[in-house]
Amino acid sequence: MARIELRGIAHSYKPRAAAPEDYALQHSDLVWEDGGAYALLGPSGSGKTTLLNIISGLLRPSAGRVLLDGRDVTDLTTAQRNIAQVFQFPVVYDTMTVFDNLAFPLRNRGIREAEVRARVHKVAELLELDRDLRRRASGLAADAKQKISLGRGLVRSDVAAILFDEPLTVIDPHVKWTLRLKLKQIHKEYKLTLIYVTHDQAEALTFADRVMVLCDGRVLQVGSPTDLFERPAHTFVGHFIGSPGMNLMPCQLETGGVRVDGHSIGVPSAVLEKARSARGALVLGIRPEFVRCLTQPASGAVPAEITAVEDLGNFKIATARLGAQLVRAKLGENASIAAGQGWLAFPPEWARLYADGRALA
Amino acid sequence: MQKISDNRAWLLVLPVFLLVALNAFIPLMTVVNYSVQDVFDSTHRAFVGADWYREMLHSDRLQNALLRQFVFSGLVLLIELPLGVVIALLMPKKEGWAASLTMVLIALPLLIPWNVIGTIWVVFLRPDIGLLGHFIDHTLGIRFDYPTVPIQAWISVMLMEVWHWTPLVALLAYAGLRAIPDAYYQAARIDGASGWAVFRHIQLPKMRGVLTIAVLLRFMDSFLIYTEPFVLTGGGPGDSTTFLSIYLVKIAVGQFDVGRAGAFSIIYFLIVLAFSYVFYQALQRVGTGDAR
Amino acid sequence: MRLTLQHVTKVVDGQTHLYGIDLDLEPGSFSVLLGPTQSGKTSLLRLMAGLDRPTSGAVLEDGRDVSALGVRKRDVAMVYQEFVNYPSFTVYENIAAPLRRARRLGGHEVDRRVRAAAEMMHIERLLGRLPAELSGGQQQRVALARALVKQAPLLLLDEPLVNLDYKLREELRSELRQIFSRGETTVVYATTEPAEGLVFGGKTGVLDAGRLLQYGPGLEVYHNPGTLRVSQVFSDPPINLMRAGIGAEGCRLSPSVAFPLAEHMRRLPPGDYRVGLRANQIDVAGRPDSAVLRAMVELAEINGSETYVHARHGDFTLIAQLEGVREFTLGEAVSLHFDPNRLFVFDGAGRLAAAPARATNGAERR
Repeated sequence: MARIELRGIAHSYKPRAAAPEDYALQHSDLVWEDGGAYALLGPSGSGKTTLLNIISGLLRPSAGRVLLDGRDVTDLTTAQRNIAQVFQFPVVYDTMTVFDNLAFPLRNRGIREAEVRARVHKVAELLELDRDLRRRASGLAADAKQKISLGRGLVRSDVAAILFDEPLTVIDPHVKWTLRLKLKQIHKEYKLTLIYVTHDQAEALTFADRVMVLCDGRVLQVGSPTDLFERPAHTFVGHFIGSPGMNLMPCQLETGGVRVDGHSIGVPSAVLEKARSARGALVLGIRPEFVRCLTQPASGAVPAEITAVEDLGNFKIATARLGAQLVRAKLGENASIAAGQGWLAFPPEWARLYADGRALA
Repeated sequence: MQKISDNRAWLLVLPVFLLVALNAFIPLMTVVNYSVQDVFDSTHRAFVGADWYREMLHSDRLQNALLRQFVFSGLVLLIELPLGVVIALLMPKKEGWAASLTMVLIALPLLIPWNVIGTIWVVFLRPDIGLLGHFIDHTLGIRFDYPTVPIQAWISVMLMEVWHWTPLVALLAYAGLRAIPDAYYQAARIDGASGWAVFRHIQLPKMRGVLTIAVLLRFMDSFLIYTEPFVLTGGGPGDSTTFLSIYLVKIAVGQFDVGRAGAFSIIYFLIVLAFSYVFYQALQRVGTGDAR
Repeated sequence: MRLTLQHVTKVVDGQTHLYGIDLDLEPGSFSVLLGPTQSGKTSLLRLMAGLDRPTSGAVLEDGRDVSALGVRKRDVAMVYQEFVNYPSFTVYENIAAPLRRARRLGGHEVDRRVRAAAEMMHIERLLGRLPAELSGGQQQRVALARALVKQAPLLLLDEPLVNLDYKLREELRSELRQIFSRGETTVVYATTEPAEGLVFGGKTGVLDAGRLLQYGPGLEVYHNPGTLRVSQVFSDPPINLMRAGIGAEGCRLSPSVAFPLAEHMRRLPPGDYRVGLRANQIDVAGRPDSAVLRAMVELAEINGSETYVHARHGDFTLIAQLEGVREFTLGEAVSLHFDPNRLFVFDGAGRLAAAPARATNGAERR
């Protein structure tokens, strides 16, 4: 159980950092509440692993303090911080059995053998490793090894938070579902703070209650998966989340709406007001899930040429050309849209305006 | 992985084959020829069949030399391997000028010609002008005269050998250590593992491959050793540091006993061949075991 | 080039990696090899390239047996999941490398081709850099450009996008799709992601434990999986599989779930079967002809646009993919509705006995 706080944190890998580009992590204050399941989402180089390693103590920040439950732990070593970390590649001690692997952190801390046995059995049962306890750890599959890594964190009674650094990278797509379920069950049972780093937005959104989106060392938005999906605060967030990402179209203001490549599109008036006083390039954003593809003209719909319809089994993606813009729409499995002339409707309640990348309203 | 062979490549190798045949195969056959004859001089020879072999195999001096050789090679492994690993652990871990400099310094003994090494240690160990010899004799008060005291001769040869070849083990172990991904050390820190636990459970297992290579190399090399101990002690005092190849040269060149020497050579060759085969098999298994 | 594999087997150290693979790839076709890790994809690609020789069987290129031919003799390009580039060459030199070896092309032609390939992969601005200075995505683009510049009749890709960021993967996927759609190159693309089996719009081969289970147009295989195992491998989220008893009275999944036989199940002889239901065919709102299943919610995952519900019925757990954001409490009892017409039916041996009829529509497929 731990509330993790980073105050005035910044980090640069260069010995003498001057310009913002030198910083892997820009100056910020961040908080992770006790017992929450968080995801740190961002592309490579966005600073998420740096952030994780600062929390766990594997990295000392260039500036700022790390607080666990109000206690300043910046100067404490990793082992003293009550934190466990699961890495991208399964780390197991090859020469030891599964049992000894799980017992390792406890034995290092001098726990009595009877207690060690009890804890190891409990965790092994939870992770469904109890039948493999006597086997050599080196012979197991990748997902079993990751479970062992996770188990080494769970056996410790003092563990307040578990950090995950892209742990499902080497796992097969099917097994990811079962492992995610396991993680959620563990979260429920142990009520630990879980922080999960990933570049896979689907993983982040399904795992976490709150997601932090990072880009270039800066946290762009923190919110629930629904928030991030329905109200991205930044064009990057709109683009990065969702598969395919948000349609982003440069536009100009006009009365009652915006103009995209010669076509008028309606936008809620409250947003329009803000747009008038905003500075910077204006962009209209709408997610493919909300774009409606029609075979007949309708009021408010703009004509577009549908250049392709991809059938992806569970759903279809239609790509349409609106002037010089490419717009994607996500359609149901049985949608009967064909290439050729079509009409696109952009429901105003889902249309978002961005000035200079930042959301208006 | 099965390589599909390209037969034209054999043509390129043909000149080398002929050269090797000339330089190795033919002399080898000559030795076999000598080993089955009793040669007095170029005109007086007699075919004796396997007599020389029987005599050599039963010879006390050969058996003693063999025993001495095994003890020597065993000690070499016992000392050089742990020492090399310890040195590797102490070397700088991060890439940079410090690591490169350390590697060069450690590698220096490996670059010196072997007879020069022998000569260096001859001077080094002299009780009158040698740094170490003088130190032992005058400062420590021990009467140091290795040419006449067998145990001192052994220690001298061992010291020289360890000084010469431990760097090889150290460099191999260092390469093995550098190959370990950072995540293992990080996980160990999180698990609260002590330095010793890290060594036992992460570093040593991951170095298994390179250490096997080190064992093979050092055993085979030390089994064939000649130059350094010969320059240092000449095989003496008496027989105490006469290892197998020194003994062989004594018979062949010293006594010009080509028959005996020929038989001994072939026996020696077969022993080395047998060990090579065993080690080769061990190396193959390590190779496939580690490949993942 | 037409690539044919005739009953190809690969045995290494007593372990069989590939069991009698028969495959016929048409010239210019795009084939995806889909399968979990260790299913034999890499072994198969290596045989196609000529890096390994099959233990038995033959590899034919345009009817010619090339099984004994080494990779240097064959005209093939390969891209790996680790970004493999010559570290000491610039990007330009990396891409030009295969052309230099051919030696039949003049400097001017080499330059033209290198720039064309770089443009295709959007790396024209990076031609002077070294691979170490590039990001992962850029390095893989260089590797791809190098493979494309060869204009080899056969191009093999072994999970080329797996080490890249999710978004980058999406971008490269659509780019690759465009590049290969015009091709005269026969392309083989190995992956573990079921989505990639459909997104390229070509043919898909499903591999499992060294066996080729099915090969055909992606959508065909997806909608008509020949066996239970194919439906499992080719599904994301995993397909829900349940035991079912089919008889004259209808279909029974469990003591509490029974419904009249759907159209496509009527011709089946009575007996025990396994049925498969895709996650997106389950809903919480019912329709008059839907079957219903009461289950207990174990977990609900919301990813913004969809909600995945893991619910337990008896001794099996179902995964349902619901549109939009729905809130659920753990342990809550929920009614899951599905249309029996969407069930896949597999017989006792795992073979497809009946598949849902495909909704015919005017949609154009690429």
